[in-house]
Amino acid sequence: MSMDTIEADEVDVSDVLGSAIERREDPALITGEGTYTDDIQDPEMAHMAVLRSQYGHAEIESIDTSEAEAMDGVIAVYTAEDIEETGTPGDLPVGWLLPNLKTPSHPILAKDRVRYQGDGVAVVVAEERYVAQDALDRIDVEYDRLDAVVDPKAAVDESAPQVHEWEDSDVQSNQAFDWEIGDGDATDEAFENAAHTVSVDLENQRLIPNAMEPRATVAEYKPGTEELEVFMTSQNPHLHRQLMSAVLGVPEHKIRVVAPEVGGGFGSKIHHYPDEALTSWCSMQLKRPVKWQATRSETYLTDAHGRDHITHGELAMDEDGTITGMRVKTYAGMGAYLSTFAPAVPTYLYGTLLSGQYDIPAIHCNVIGAFTNGAPVDAYRGAGRPEAIYVVERLVTLGAREMGMDPAEFRRQNFVPSDGFPHETPVAVVYDSGDYEPALDKALEMVDYEALRERQAELREDGRYLGIGFSSYIEACGLAPSELAGQLGAQAGLWESGLVRVHPTGKVTAFSGTSGHGQGHETTYAQIVSDELGIPYDDIEIVEGDTDEIPQGMGTYGSRSAAVGGSALVTSSQKVVEKARKIAAHLLETGEEDIEFENGEFSVTGAPERSMTIQEVAQQAYLAHNMPEGVEPGLEETSFYDPDNFTFPFGTHVAVVEVDPESGEIEFEQYAAVDDVGNQINPKIVEGQVHGGIAQGIGQALYEQAVYDDNGTLVSGSMQDYAVPKAEHIPHMDTDDTVTPSPHNPLGVKGVGEAGTIAAPQAVVNAVTDALSPFGVDHIDMPITEEKVWRAVNESEEGS
Amino acid sequence: MTENDITLTVNGTEHDLTVEPRTLLVHALRDELGYTGANVGCESSLCGACTVDMDGDAVKSCTVLAVQADGTEIETVEGLAEDDEFHPIQEGFQKEHGLQCGYCTPGMMMTAKDLLERNSSPDEGEIREALEGNLCRCTGYQNIVNAVEFAADRMDADTAEDVAADGGTATIDDSDVGRTEGQ
Ligand code: FES
Ligand code: FES
Repeated sequence: MSMDTIEADEVDVSDVLGSAIERREDPALITGEGTYTDDIQDPEMAHMAVLRSQYGHAEIESIDTSEAEAMDGVIAVYTAEDIEETGTPGDLPVGWLLPNLKTPSHPILAKDRVRYQGDGVAVVVAEERYVAQDALDRIDVEYDRLDAVVDPKAAVDESAPQVHEWEDSDVQSNQAFDWEIGDGDATDEAFENAAHTVSVDLENQRLIPNAMEPRATVAEYKPGTEELEVFMTSQNPHLHRQLMSAVLGVPEHKIRVVAPEVGGGFGSKIHHYPDEALTSWCSMQLKRPVKWQATRSETYLTDAHGRDHITHGELAMDEDGTITGMRVKTYAGMGAYLSTFAPAVPTYLYGTLLSGQYDIPAIHCNVIGAFTNGAPVDAYRGAGRPEAIYVVERLVTLGAREMGMDPAEFRRQNFVPSDGFPHETPVAVVYDSGDYEPALDKALEMVDYEALRERQAELREDGRYLGIGFSSYIEACGLAPSELAGQLGAQAGLWESGLVRVHPTGKVTAFSGTSGHGQGHETTYAQIVSDELGIPYDDIEIVEGDTDEIPQGMGTYGSRSAAVGGSALVTSSQKVVEKARKIAAHLLETGEEDIEFENGEFSVTGAPERSMTIQEVAQQAYLAHNMPEGVEPGLEETSFYDPDNFTFPFGTHVAVVEVDPESGEIEFEQYAAVDDVGNQINPKIVEGQVHGGIAQGIGQALYEQAVYDDNGTLVSGSMQDYAVPKAEHIPHMDTDDTVTPSPHNPLGVKGVGEAGTIAAPQAVVNAVTDALSPFGVDHIDMPITEEKVWRAVNESEEGS
Repeated sequence: MTENDITLTVNGTEHDLTVEPRTLLVHALRDELGYTGANVGCESSLCGACTVDMDGDAVKSCTVLAVQADGTEIETVEGLAEDDEFHPIQEGFQKEHGLQCGYCTPGMMMTAKDLLERNSSPDEGEIREALEGNLCRCTGYQNIVNAVEFAADRMDADTAEDVAADGGTATIDDSDVGRTEGQ
């Protein structure tokens, strides 16, 4: 299914919500007018470049900056010592704490020791970008190399090289935390009583987000007002303002953070990295604007990586294939330091989703977090949820195989039934709403499942291997509520602000604390506000991404924008309507209870000719010549919306591939996706998000992996060595949907940004292993390269 | 460092500028002349975000030195629209939701233009192949492919209209048809 976009003026106000209106973001972006951070120019601007450690682990013996400083065009060279001398705090905070979490100091420039390749050692500021880069080569750093450890499981071994020294602890260890969830005893019992069990050892490999726009910052400190203005590639400007305030010791209200156009994020632009603080600090020292633009190789080295799990998972079943228990043990690589939200990702965002779409009575999960000599790992598209669903869906697929059951039927038998919602899982979450069978049925229909199985059997006779892989996924979006997040260790609230301002002209500006970077918020939010106020879509402007304009905010990640940010705009709009209703009632000389509001018009019940439009009310609200008693002039409202619960989108994806066991080649025959993301504000944008997500999931399944060698050197450090999929690598995707609204927010939306990335990897892995089942291949770790297929086939043939 | 005086004609406007021998075309366009439409995604000719048209061919402007471009005619994304009318390729990207963050988009569109000038009705496989050097991390490519198909149809229709307006004289220059080398 593919749908067409429509122009906004073809849509009536009453239909604007739910219409595939074309994006208003596009004209600027397709004419080259959009301003990304690196597009910002200023004749006064200096350029910063960062000298990064080429070693994974080393002591810094000495740094000689004199030659670089002497270069023409070099303005200054700074090291950790210079930052210390200014009394700047200079240490990045951790935004999520766990019980007994070890939190190493993370200085914005390394002082005595570098702990991963890419750790910053010094910065150069020069008149020109090229000169700043040149000067890096003239800085002489003497290192004493140390042994490194990059594998999260090996890292917690006593004999492993130590990434940090813990002064306040007797135990020297790379273990960052030991976390568990679920009922261990009940789970053990389920396994003791099980008729069948299956298990799998798997890796969820380290990934690099690869937003097409590398990170960048332009900072300008204004000594006159002591204000710091920072334009940067941010998914959450307010959060960056807060964190940067802590790092730089500048009060929050003196910092303005703006996210102009942002060229993709996928999580990598949530976190506070050293670089934006360094750019700001340099601008404060030099009292002139400073720009830093990462090169692609810097993004490979220093963007927070994703995933990095080593897992043993087990599933217990009774004699008819009903799942009775699940046990999971995971070693999660954290990298050399704890990035902003890193501790939450392999714990609360992972363990709480291990029930998948299934009614599993007992689950236990233990996660060991490990420091390694790699780049810090943090949220990457899906963040914890893809890792969880990968484990569940691999185990369920193996469970079906063990039972000799069709994998679709095995899933159906174990789904939480449609009358089982809200559903409380043994891993501490309550699914809001769901109806899993229709999505599965639709997906089966889309691939013509029965015929496909027949064809699979026929082809096998000819020595051709077709594989059908299922992924019935669930995700948790819009992390909430703030109180719960706080109990679990979040150092921030998870509400969202929305401000709706109706101008005297009747036109509207709405402000949201989320910060889109490709999701089309300006379009979808305008649809939401237009629908609530009955004011034409074209009369509504959306403002995001500027801490000076927007009251407060938490940003865009974890598919929270529509569910939380959109709901804040709904709440503010409703407050506007309520105020306008008071004014209208007063002017129409009737009681508030007698005023009806529909499509932008207030009218007296039973006397529709006595009416006024919301635009007329707005005008009167600002004239304020005749206001009801106790009502202030003006027409704008703000809300801070705190959701009651997560939302839980779900769906079933099916990948159909043909695998050549001799060459290891994998070819897509079909990819079908049915997603239920609740109500859809703009189905075309939903479809686009699904496509992009699937592409990233397929990227993980077949192509992408961040590889370090034993010294902690990143082997996959460029687009040459790290396979970001190209147009030819991604199949045509058939998408469809079911709609089960979320009962937890006024829009009934669930969130879609991460769905595809959560769903796709195991759809593909399950398809490949299904194709290779005649060879007895149960599992192949991602990315499934041709060589891995070839090996799996040969090894299992040898073994059999 | 020595400096060179060069002339670049960008979107029909002639510019004289002085650059270092190592200045990349993309930096000359962006930093010296203010044409910031072409984006830098990799600086290593792998992502295609910086693609511009140089004397009729799509080139990755991060792999061309500004001095090599001396005397050439460059077209950037800023020059695609004419008289405030979107180029059919721009229209296609908007109508088919062929972009999300938009960072890869200028390069995608310039590559698509190059393709459509060589092959006015490419099939899906040909489009995917032509986009081989342009990475997009947001869209999953499907709507980009649709956008290029949209543009091909629209340009065909426009040509047909031109033909009709010309009283039936074909205006297609088929000397280019069949050339397949990508950049
Ligand atoms: S920036 Fe030129 S190809 Fe990537
Ligand atoms: S639209 Fe974001 S990279 Fe293509």
